Amino acid sequence: MEEEESWISSYCNVMGHEYFAEVSEDFIEDDFNLTGLGAVVPRYKEALEMILDVEPEDDSESPGSASESLSDNPNAPAYRRSRDHARTALDYSLIEKSAELLYGLIHQRFITSRQGIQVMYEKYLANHFGFCPRVNCQSARVLPCGYSDTPGNDTVKLFCPSCCDIYVPPHSRFQAVDGAYFGTTFPTLFLMTFPELDISGTGRKDVTASSNLNSSGGRKGANNNTLPPINGVPANNIAPGLGKGKRYEMRIYGFRVNERARSGPRMGWLRDKPQDLEELNEMAQLEAEAAMDSGEEAAEEDEDEEEEEEEEEDQEMTYPDGGPGRRRTAKGAAASAVATASTSEVGNGGDSVR
Amino acid sequence: MAANQTDALTRKVDDYNSETDSDYTSYWRDWFVATRGHEYFCEIDEEYLTDRFNLTGLQAEVQYYQYALDLITDVFDFDCDDDIREQIEKSARHLYGLVHARYIITTRGLQKMLEKYKKFDFGRCPRVFCRAHPLLPIGLSDLPHTKSVKLYCAKCEDVYSPKSSRHASIDGAYFGTSFPHILFQVYPAFIPAKSNERYSPRCFGFKTHAVAALARWQEQKRDEQDRRLAQVGIEVKREDDDEPEGSSEGEEFSR
Ligand SMILES: [Zn+2]
Ligand SMILES: [Zn+2]
Repeated sequence: MEEEESWISSYCNVMGHEYFAEVSEDFIEDDFNLTGLGAVVPRYKEALEMILDVEPEDDSESPGSASESLSDNPNAPAYRRSRDHARTALDYSLIEKSAELLYGLIHQRFITSRQGIQVMYEKYLANHFGFCPRVNCQSARVLPCGYSDTPGNDTVKLFCPSCCDIYVPPHSRFQAVDGAYFGTTFPTLFLMTFPELDISGTGRKDVTASSNLNSSGGRKGANNNTLPPINGVPANNIAPGLGKGKRYEMRIYGFRVNERARSGPRMGWLRDKPQDLEELNEMAQLEAEAAMDSGEEAAEEDEDEEEEEEEEEDQEMTYPDGGPGRRRTAKGAAASAVATASTSEVGNGGDSVR
Repeated sequence: MAANQTDALTRKVDDYNSETDSDYTSYWRDWFVATRGHEYFCEIDEEYLTDRFNLTGLQAEVQYYQYALDLITDVFDFDCDDDIREQIEKSARHLYGLVHARYIITTRGLQKMLEKYKKFDFGRCPRVFCRAHPLLPIGLSDLPHTKSVKLYCAKCEDVYSPKSSRHASIDGAYFGTSFPHILFQVYPAFIPAKSNERYSPRCFGFKTHAVAALARWQEQKRDEQDRRLAQVGIEVKREDDDEPEGSSEGEEFSR
């Protein structure tokens, strides 16, 4: 038998699929990781077989000339080549569509798993996702993400941790890639997993050889400075592309345009950041006080924080100020998460982690 | 000689892989703005170029100034070897750029650039929440040889790098730091409504605290500005920011 490129690597090699990680076969073969997908993907079993390059078991020997010519074409990419001569061309394209959907949904879960996030980390360092187009981000690396976890809603976007904003990929070939295949969780989880990674554009050049990286994947000694972490994030990794000196100021003949001018600045807040990041901590304190007084809203906020930290523990991520006395089992976290209204997908997200 | 000149021009056109390769026009400015990578430039009127007042101070900045100007205005008639010719070509491109920065903030130049803006000639903002708003070219310095051209989005009021590398070699000083802002002063009707829409990163459905705290701080700054402006009778037009709190996403997956 000739050595054929697997469906997965062939799929990831297609132009426009540069952001995809190759999901490992053992991840796909673990049924737990596929929980619930059977109900979402049509022709699920056949699609899964196609992804894993498995010969279908039930061979109803109906000769399909179209599919034969397809499979005999040596120029066709492996993932378009069918080894199943019984399928008709129409059938084949339906299953192929399903396989792409299924792969995308598995991919969404894979890249938030311990194994997958590591693969994405390598791709991140290899500049596979590109850079922020914003001038003041100084070519900070971006991360692919979806604006929705449900397929069919929107195409893949790029999240820049340096300015905390999302951008349209620079090439139109990415406009055919569903954002749900990357999901809403990945960029955040990525940054939580590698908290010491220097995400600013200026730090990019320094992160080259893996020998310079510490155990959690960050650059050795990157954050050994005196800045204490704010809200669980190393202070110099809170939107390093924002704030004083990193905001564009409109000027005419060198003079700043006044905000009272009709065409004056109105969006400065979007790229602003307190000079003293402790202000952000103080706000959290104020909110806690407000929560004590009244308001469901504030209480909900507080709960969000708790959940977040639990998720961190779930991932066994080390946080400098992880907050003492918050240890609960993953099951407990999931249960309380479900109890929180308006978060229908939390349970699902949790599945993918284990 | 005319033949010599034509050869050089043809070669130039080939170099730049211009669309007008077969029946190229003999006008230097037509060729210049049609060259690949020169999409952001508009054509400077002949009258503007021939008024010496508009070129004040540029002699010192441009080598072979007079020959370069002759080339731009299609009256070049100088028999020289290819090396000199090449130098003059280079000077002409530089001179055109420097004059361009002045021209596009004149009434006529603003009109031309506005037309290009309306046709999305400068591309669209890559920021998702700007919803493909058209961009305008801008320099981050008015001094040549400092920084390449950037793109300004009037919706988010930020500057971005052009997508294509062929624009990365265009000097930002050929557009200047003031141009977009003058354009919106002259054409206030084109000032877009600002948007409050923004991205809130989530992890398994939950907002992340560190970023959320920053977002709240920023929104507080925004509200402060709006109040400050309201006190002097200025109402800031902002688009709706109804962010669906409990996002309905992922419902198909809930079991
Ligand atoms: Zn950025
Ligand atoms: Zn914009």
